[in-house]
Amino acid sequence: MEIIDLTIHELHEKLKAKEVSSVEATRAMLDRIEAVDGQVNAYITVTPEQALVEAEAADKRIAAGDIAPLTGIPVGLKDIFVTKGIRTTCGSRILENFVPPYDGTAVAKLKEQGAVIVGKLNQDEFAMGSSNESSYFGPVKNPWNLECTPGGSSGGSAAAIAARTATATLGTDTGGSIRQPASHCSCVGLKPTYGRVSRYGVIAYASSLDQVGPLTRDVTDAALLLGAIAGHDPKDSTSVNTTVPDYVAGLATGVKGLKIGLPKQYFIEGLDPDVKRAMDEAIALYKSLGAEMREVSLPHTEYAVATYYLIATAEASSNLARYDGVRFGHRAADARGLKEMFAKTRAEGFGSEVKRRIMLGTYALSSGYYDAYYVKAQKVRTLIMQDFLNAFNEVDVLLTPIAPTPPFKIGEKLADPLQMYLSDIFTIPVNLAGTCGISIPAGFSAAGLPIGLQLIGKPFGEATILSTAYAFEKETQWHLKKAPL
Amino acid sequence: MKITRSEVEHVARLARLELSDSELDTFTGQMDGILAYVEKLNALDTEGIVPTSHAVPMENAFRPDQPADSIGVEAALANAPLRAESFFRVPKVIE
Repeated sequence: MEIIDLTIHELHEKLKAKEVSSVEATRAMLDRIEAVDGQVNAYITVTPEQALVEAEAADKRIAAGDIAPLTGIPVGLKDIFVTKGIRTTCGSRILENFVPPYDGTAVAKLKEQGAVIVGKLNQDEFAMGSSNESSYFGPVKNPWNLECTPGGSSGGSAAAIAARTATATLGTDTGGSIRQPASHCSCVGLKPTYGRVSRYGVIAYASSLDQVGPLTRDVTDAALLLGAIAGHDPKDSTSVNTTVPDYVAGLATGVKGLKIGLPKQYFIEGLDPDVKRAMDEAIALYKSLGAEMREVSLPHTEYAVATYYLIATAEASSNLARYDGVRFGHRAADARGLKEMFAKTRAEGFGSEVKRRIMLGTYALSSGYYDAYYVKAQKVRTLIMQDFLNAFNEVDVLLTPIAPTPPFKIGEKLADPLQMYLSDIFTIPVNLAGTCGISIPAGFSAAGLPIGLQLIGKPFGEATILSTAYAFEKETQWHLKKAPL
Repeated sequence: MKITRSEVEHVARLARLELSDSELDTFTGQMDGILAYVEKLNALDTEGIVPTSHAVPMENAFRPDQPADSIGVEAALANAPLRAESFFRVPKVIE
């Protein structure tokens, strides 16, 4: 096994036993990035000098016997996380040269453990997209098939796992942006419950939906990384003050007697046959492991995408008002007066998907339409949340597909934004309900493209979906298959 | 039509976005399609339903009003497109 193929916990054992140094592991990862990232485009910024300095510091810590689970591990960060002294673009021209003066909380927690940051990962601009095609820095290619998208918006974070150019990565998920790319790239991606991880230092898209989470090679790594970043943060008043369990210790709980719900609205006509087959196999496997399957109903599922595109765009139009060319970021040259400077700066700095969502959100919040669109969507959100609460009175976990189809081709859905939005139909409801979901590798299509399985848990039920995922992974081993790159 | 081109122009002004003629045309068509799609929410009776603004029940998060370290003027101005002394410099405000 090469260093670049190792999981966090495998590399940790080797670092601890001094079979490998962090400098060696970091060099191997930087060499791999150099060798293959030209094809994949997962990285916007690679930070070799800083990474090697951090790796040397990690090796000193390890030599002194002070090793934490992430000490010396090469990780990549979605370029939505502000990083002190490292350019942070959020995939946008408007932040092309922005160098933040501070680290966000999740990043600070990784650094405290001595993790090595190898670079900043490509994404849809301001996390708005399902295919990574809206990035100002060009699309990311799927390592399983370079003609396909890796999904989005954390496409770089997922592609780097599949291309083996980072041991683990962090992403963010507002409507599926961790889980859908994890599914399309055959890695593990976890969206925690809203409030589980601090959003301080995460560039805001839709503040009532955004959440930080890990993308990893296996379930154990997801448990490890979640444990490292979770917890209350006084700098994010929406982070929740509940204890963080030892997610790794609970992994082997098993699924005997576990009640798994199958929401009938997610197993619809039109589901891709390969996806359907993978779901049927997963259901059969869980039954054989002693889990109990029950059909449940989430009756407002068909309203989720419409609800999301009103709430998320409204919040985005407000959040993105800060990009005005005054304090940081791009400023248009030669504007006559302040108002013209704002309008030209934003016209030049934002790409078309971001403009479209700002426009929709501004419309939904504008005088005369606020109640008809925004408040209406917030009311339907209540109904969608209630659906999940009702289902969780009957079952412990929900099992669903992540996406209706395997990865699609680059360019395939660009002309019709509504078709792109509808590809998130199975992930969006989880964000609206504020609960947690995980995507795990569940097989491949006839064409060899990855298919992911979603497990949805109760609010703060991350330990349960992780142990449910772990039971599946142990039996199937889909996660060990490597992308042909 | 859910939205006209002149309404799209009005929204662009509210959003402080200068859009080209072709962008206005494209967005008018696309926003019209998306707004027609979200109409489906009107099929639901939401009379008496309390709107959700946050996924987890939130109370005000209070803390003592004590001054703490801040990043300082130089770091705050480091990304300024244009500065003058310890200020952000902008084009003329009063036209």
